[in-house]
Amino acid sequence: MSIEYLLEVDNITCRYGQDRAVDGLNFDVRPGSVTCLLGPSGCGKTTALRAIAGFQALAKGEIRIEGEPVSTPLQLVPPERRQLGMVFQDHALFPHLKVADNVAAGLRHQDESLRRQTVNGLLERMDLNALGDRFPHELSGGQQQRVALARALAPRPRLLLMDEPFSNLDLDLRERLGVEVHDLLKEHGITAVMVTHDQYDAFVLGDEVGIMSQGNILQWDTPYNVYHEPTSRFVADFIGNGVFIRGTRTGDRTVDTELGVIEGTLDRPALTSALVDVLIRPDDVLPDPDGAISARVSRKAFKGADILYTLTLPSGTTLLSLFPSHDNFSVGDHVRVRLNVDHLVVFPIGETVAESMASATA
Amino acid sequence: MGEITAESLSKIRRISFLIDRWTMSSMLLAGFVALPVLTVFALAFGSTSDIWQHLLSTSLPHYLRNTLYLMAGVGVAVCVLGISTAWLVTMCRFPGRKVFEWLLLLPLAMPAYVIAYAYTDFLEYAGVVQGLLRDLFGWQSARDYWFPEVRSLGGAIVFMGFVLYPYVYLLTRTAFLEQSVNMIEVSRVLGRGAWGTFFSVSLPSARPAIAVGLALALMETLNDFGTVDYFAVETLTVGVFDVWLGMGNLAGGAQIAVVMMLFVVALITLEHISRRHQRYYQPASSRLKTLPTYRLVGWKRIAAIGVCVTPVLCGFLVPVLVLGELTWAYFDESWTPEFRTYVFNSCLLSGVAALIALLVAIVIAYGRRLQGGRLLMFAARIASLGYALPGAVLAVGIIVPFAAFDNAFDAWMRAHLGISTGLILSGTVTAVVFGYVVRFLAIALGQVEASLEKVSPSMDMAARTLGYRAGETFVRYHAPLIRGGLFTALMIVFVDCMKELPATLILRPFNFDTLATHVYEFASDEMLGEAALGSLTIVTVGLVPVLLLTRMISNSREHRIQRTKRFQISEATT
Repeated sequence: MSIEYLLEVDNITCRYGQDRAVDGLNFDVRPGSVTCLLGPSGCGKTTALRAIAGFQALAKGEIRIEGEPVSTPLQLVPPERRQLGMVFQDHALFPHLKVADNVAAGLRHQDESLRRQTVNGLLERMDLNALGDRFPHELSGGQQQRVALARALAPRPRLLLMDEPFSNLDLDLRERLGVEVHDLLKEHGITAVMVTHDQYDAFVLGDEVGIMSQGNILQWDTPYNVYHEPTSRFVADFIGNGVFIRGTRTGDRTVDTELGVIEGTLDRPALTSALVDVLIRPDDVLPDPDGAISARVSRKAFKGADILYTLTLPSGTTLLSLFPSHDNFSVGDHVRVRLNVDHLVVFPIGETVAESMASATA
Repeated sequence: MGEITAESLSKIRRISFLIDRWTMSSMLLAGFVALPVLTVFALAFGSTSDIWQHLLSTSLPHYLRNTLYLMAGVGVAVCVLGISTAWLVTMCRFPGRKVFEWLLLLPLAMPAYVIAYAYTDFLEYAGVVQGLLRDLFGWQSARDYWFPEVRSLGGAIVFMGFVLYPYVYLLTRTAFLEQSVNMIEVSRVLGRGAWGTFFSVSLPSARPAIAVGLALALMETLNDFGTVDYFAVETLTVGVFDVWLGMGNLAGGAQIAVVMMLFVVALITLEHISRRHQRYYQPASSRLKTLPTYRLVGWKRIAAIGVCVTPVLCGFLVPVLVLGELTWAYFDESWTPEFRTYVFNSCLLSGVAALIALLVAIVIAYGRRLQGGRLLMFAARIASLGYALPGAVLAVGIIVPFAAFDNAFDAWMRAHLGISTGLILSGTVTAVVFGYVVRFLAIALGQVEASLEKVSPSMDMAARTLGYRAGETFVRYHAPLIRGGLFTALMIVFVDCMKELPATLILRPFNFDTLATHVYEFASDEMLGEAALGSLTIVTVGLVPVLLLTRMISNSREHRIQRTKRFQISEATT
């Protein structure tokens, strides 16, 4: 049977006492897609994941998997009946079992030979075939997480849930493993939901990203769009770097600021206010010896392949700019830059983050 | 879509029921365990006032006075011994400090009644000490010299102080170890000396820990029957025995039990409040820096060693030697088939009780882990209350409902089937085992909860999503991981059951003896020699959990500092 949505999270609310950790959350996941719930700690993303897995009761709403209701405020299908796979930040490997036995943990209903075949196949696919007889504590963090993934995928779950899967790994490894996992999921057409507070993890893996705050989704979009076209100040703030520059709208595609007239696609044409704040990302500010804008370097953060400069304009306004690594300036130097803005992201001035969230969820 | 089909609904129902089963079992078991506590409270509030009048006008003030004197005396003794030794081994450097750290725990293996029997033999008129003194000075009889009366309130205070101080020592030592090093350094920089720092910084910051240790030691004091009975110090516990078993007045015994509950409530309150304060007094940062220590020289060094040797000697070594000598002398009279039966009885009852306590603890602790919630937390609290209940009070709380059940069941069976069932619960080993479980469940529960806490919750979720039910998850994945903790719980409860005297005395079936009751009965008949083998056996078994404790202690501050450093390094490199 072909279905439109594999997972439907239908207006769910989860309470801890009086607190609503998840408040009217609503989203659907198509078969074969990878969805990321992204948000700061305490935004309710982990509670949402626990609710999908069946560890968290619902106060309101309903969760359906393949169209079958699995969680309602009255009833819960227990986690062991949901046929889900789950991967955790701390890997949660069974320390008293060897790697191969860990991977086989969910296959107890298969007969011996089939089980061994499944386990060996997965270990090979994950580059772990030499480690089957080791114990988890003998593995590195990256290897442990690969075993955890193999264990979760072995019983062919309907849906894979990942809770901050890369947070315990160092930066280099998490990027590599992120790409690996992405390829694996796509290759096998696995539907997955991941929660993370790390936008780069979300960008690498997610086909779609839901930015969560206070138990709800503020924006549901592709990684590209949440970065370039945030619909609220909160998302603009939370995703990537950037500053807001005060300006006046002069037309449908233009805003007049102290940096000159900025032109670009306007994402909120319905905006009525004339006075606005424009979001300027570091990649909107390009180094250019002939650029119209002169600024002083007030802070510098070396990132390896590039350098993030904090620039101060004569008026005192600050900008962030990403320079190639070879453009090495010192704090206090004067540089010239120009703007290259595709999408105009503007918010009415004086609008607080809370108001912007209210308008975004409305 | 979106509608719950009949098929999925039936599946769901079955499963909700499964989840509820843990909660239900936890609540039910907690209720069972709380039965004696609730009974005693019910007796207190449902009592008729004329018995109170009678008690008040006769023996109650006498019992009360003795109990207060005893508790005050023991309280002072355990504080002096416990705090001084704890401070010396944590803050000072002198030869043997490391060894004293765990030697000082040994008296914990010695039940108060056993040390009382040993010292009576050792110090009484016919004993080694007085005999030696008479030979030395040529005294002919007791009229020629004065020697303190061993079997007295004073004697009870001293001997109980020597075996109960480790509670204060253990907790105070931990508090000293975890106090903020910065505070001590500040105090010394400001010009306070060692004594000044002790009284103005160390002692106040350890006060909550001292109070917890004191509360535990006083609960044991209140619980004691063997010593006070032997020394004829008529405390409330003796009162319960006298009024109930001696005069056959159960209601009167229950009244005294209720008075004891007031003490218990006061002690629990003291313990809880202090535990809450403990957190504020132990700042998290910089705790694990190495403590500055005072290097002791000259007479101070000798004094320190003396202070640490005395409790070990008096609370453990001397009584063990006395018992060993007696055992040697009376071995043939003691090592009888009856004795072996008592050992078997003790092991059987303690073993069964320990197993049941462990299982109940697992159900309650795991149920809490699965469901959480205030209801189950309350259940766990109620189930843990037994540890504070003196054995005699516990016995009252068990006998009353058990006897009521037996009578009702017997009457019903006689009326309907014409058979008399007699005593099914009361006056059988069931009552004894139940008493043990109620009294020592808190120990098992604490141990199981602490072990489970170390297992990451994601381990549960991993197992559950892989298709294992809650119970299977515990058996396959928790049990192997927390095996050590479960075994420790089992053993500590086992040993505590073996040492337990007052509840066993009251609840045991007629003519049924365990090691503890056998020792008590022989001692009561002035046959200390024949009781020595049994006493020594109890002390030996009692050493097992103490040795476990010492292992934990050796894994203390220095190791933790090293581990923390290693952890920080590995954190920094990732």
